[in-house]
Amino acid sequence: MSAGEKAAGAVANYVDERTGAAKWLKKNLTKVFPDHWSFMLGEIALYSFIILLLTGTFLTFWFDPSQRDVIYHGAYQPLSGIKMSAAYESTLHISFDVRGGLLMRQIHHWAALFFMSSIGAHLLRVFFTGAFRKPREFNWIIGIGLLTLGIVEGFLGYSLPDDLLSGTGIRIAEAIIQAMPIVGSYLAFFAFGGPFPGTAFIPRIFTVHVLILPGIFLALITAHLMLVWYQKHTQYPGPGRTEKNVIGYPLMPVYMAKAGGFFFVVFGVTAFLSAVASINPIWLYGPYTPGQISAGSQPDWYMGWLDGLVRMFPNLESHIWGHTISWNILIPGLIIPGILFTGMALYPFIESWVTGDKREHHLLDRPRNVPNRTALGVMSITFLLVTLSNGGNDLIATHFALSINQITWFNRIGIFILPPIAFIITKRICLSLQRADRELVLHGHETGQLVRLPHGEFVEVHEPLTPEETWKLTQHEQRAALEFKTIDENGVSRPKGLKEKIRNRLSRAVSEQVKKPDGDDLKEIEHH
Amino acid sequence: MSKEIERLSDPGLPEHVHRRTDTDPAAAKQAERQIAIFFVLSALGTILFIFSYIKIPLDRFIFIPILGSTNAHQLFLGLGLAFSLLFIGLGAIQWARTLMPDTEVVAERHEFRSSEADRADFVATVKERAASAGLGRRSLIKRTLGLSLGLIGLSPLLLLRDLGPLPKTELETTSWAKGVRLVIDPSNRPILPSDLEVGAVAQVLPELAPGTERTLENVAKDAVLLIRLRPEDFKLSPERLSWTYQGIIAFSKICTHMGCAVALYEQQTKHLLCPCHQSTFDVPRAAKVIFGPAARPLPQLAITVDAQGYLIASAPFSEPVGPSFWERSS
Repeated sequence: MSAGEKAAGAVANYVDERTGAAKWLKKNLTKVFPDHWSFMLGEIALYSFIILLLTGTFLTFWFDPSQRDVIYHGAYQPLSGIKMSAAYESTLHISFDVRGGLLMRQIHHWAALFFMSSIGAHLLRVFFTGAFRKPREFNWIIGIGLLTLGIVEGFLGYSLPDDLLSGTGIRIAEAIIQAMPIVGSYLAFFAFGGPFPGTAFIPRIFTVHVLILPGIFLALITAHLMLVWYQKHTQYPGPGRTEKNVIGYPLMPVYMAKAGGFFFVVFGVTAFLSAVASINPIWLYGPYTPGQISAGSQPDWYMGWLDGLVRMFPNLESHIWGHTISWNILIPGLIIPGILFTGMALYPFIESWVTGDKREHHLLDRPRNVPNRTALGVMSITFLLVTLSNGGNDLIATHFALSINQITWFNRIGIFILPPIAFIITKRICLSLQRADRELVLHGHETGQLVRLPHGEFVEVHEPLTPEETWKLTQHEQRAALEFKTIDENGVSRPKGLKEKIRNRLSRAVSEQVKKPDGDDLKEIEHH
Repeated sequence: MSKEIERLSDPGLPEHVHRRTDTDPAAAKQAERQIAIFFVLSALGTILFIFSYIKIPLDRFIFIPILGSTNAHQLFLGLGLAFSLLFIGLGAIQWARTLMPDTEVVAERHEFRSSEADRADFVATVKERAASAGLGRRSLIKRTLGLSLGLIGLSPLLLLRDLGPLPKTELETTSWAKGVRLVIDPSNRPILPSDLEVGAVAQVLPELAPGTERTLENVAKDAVLLIRLRPEDFKLSPERLSWTYQGIIAFSKICTHMGCAVALYEQQTKHLLCPCHQSTFDVPRAAKVIFGPAARPLPQLAITVDAQGYLIASAPFSEPVGPSFWERSS
């Protein structure tokens, strides 16, 4: 026995005698994880969060979350002698006077973008493969919670430096609060400690940004991961993979090395990007003052869709009995996002209601085999892309020399027309892919070899699929639409209610499939 | 079972294929060297990081193709950090891929649902425990407990009351009043009509009383844009025309949509554009909204000149400036 093994044995002994954890640890250290590149998307989000905690802590050592006035006398000459807030001054100090400060700021901002992007990509992976189905609905809801809080956390974070761009963002946030019926002006005055901008807001959002939200993040991420651990990871269908097993590599040593290594890769890539690509150069924007603004003001991308909605909404406002209701702010700024996020959180329950499927699922769907869900996902992405492009309508206009009014009108109409078109096209593509799968199973691969038959006909030689390939293309389940009885057991007519009619219609839509090949089909082929 | 049916059943996990590093000791040795090189590169990255931190001054700029003129301290510090992290990661992953076992392991999965007996037992236990507390029987306790729990939520809400003052008339009023001079910020210099040529734009604020300082809260409500047109360009009602002075018209600079500064003036079309959401206001027609989400024109400030010929406000704003709010009555 080597010295290393001896020491490890002693440590294990010491721990076990105090916790009795040997059995539990053994079981978990050999826990199996399925392997697929798309399972790393959530990992990127987790690692970005750790990077955010590390770099964020570093930044707090110098950042002064205060809106008191100071005169700048730091290293950045163009702003010398200018009056600004202590928050902005200390951000300049971090950027120009602290060694590695700018690097840490840029890593923090890039990691925040990676955090949001990977959450988005992870969400799409989970959605398109049906990983949210029973028993994972809780984790889906936690995920939606993390996405929502991530958007808020990101917005608060880039608002802290109190530069001209971020101050404009805060001004817009204030207008949204102020637009709420009845309580709006009160909430705005409470949030800002008086009239906008005041001196209270930045210190307050600092506490939320560095303490409350990260605490909630830690709790939710822990719950998210514990559920993944406990429920075991889903896996893609394939030979040998069933609903009753999980096939992959053990945590120790393979996943420790792979996942641990991947953390360093994510951190390394973020650091590389931060070394060569400037992000949020606040010294170019200048300190915030409500009377000024920079052209082409843009939020970070994960807020861009919201800004795009606000930009495209018509200028509706009601004046009733001496009161004003700003539909032009309330609908795009609060009501539509509220509906979107609620709908997203409830989706697993809606789908299971429509399909009537209440069983556990651990094998993932191939997106083509669930055409309706896939089409719904692509429809949502299209909706987001239209809003996002409208959020950048000014930049699109200036870069491509287009009319901003025409871009906005295109998006105003496109938001209604393009998502349904995307739905229809995606559903058709899915069904075509199913047909292609069916053809492949029944006729095999094209080999490109042409053979001339004795009577002169040319045919192409097809090579049959291996059993593994065939299994992958035929293992999925095809469920018929739910049947609704309009006549009950006693022969009494029971007309369907509206709710049941909707369910019936949706159920028929989701069960639209190209029949997958079965034994009979194959038999018929061989008799040809 | 026929051959066809067989083809549609799960063929089971394919046989394991060994990697070259599993069978060829030379290949394994080579993989080991590769991994070692990654780790050495990481160590070199850390050395670059330390060197850049100590030796490269914060204000040293160098020219790098594509990147242009770049801060050398930040660049090399970042590259050092990136390499030190990246190569540890790549080394560890390469290690896992080439040398650690790559046999897939099968673990069983079990349904989460407990057995019927356990579930029934659980329900019975909960019922029995709840009954033992008497919650169902003692309705007086239940109601008063509901009352106290309902009320206790008010305390933390009430504690938030002192976050800020009540709005009162703050949102409806500005510092503009009859006779207040229009001044250039920050020099606090008053303006003569002749300072503005036709087509010119200027941001102005109300003149400060001696000994007072301008706050951002004031700017957020008081900022005004002066624009000079030819008097014949106006398409205004007689009342609004009387609020202008020799072709100079004054509007609140704070957008009526979400409060951004409406700062883009297009001389050709005489449109004011808000850069936040592209609400567009037509200056000759009293800043009428002609595009975008803003619902109301920018409030117009009535101006004239005083005895010394400087521009002054001839009345306060006739309506609240900035974005809408519930109590706004027009």
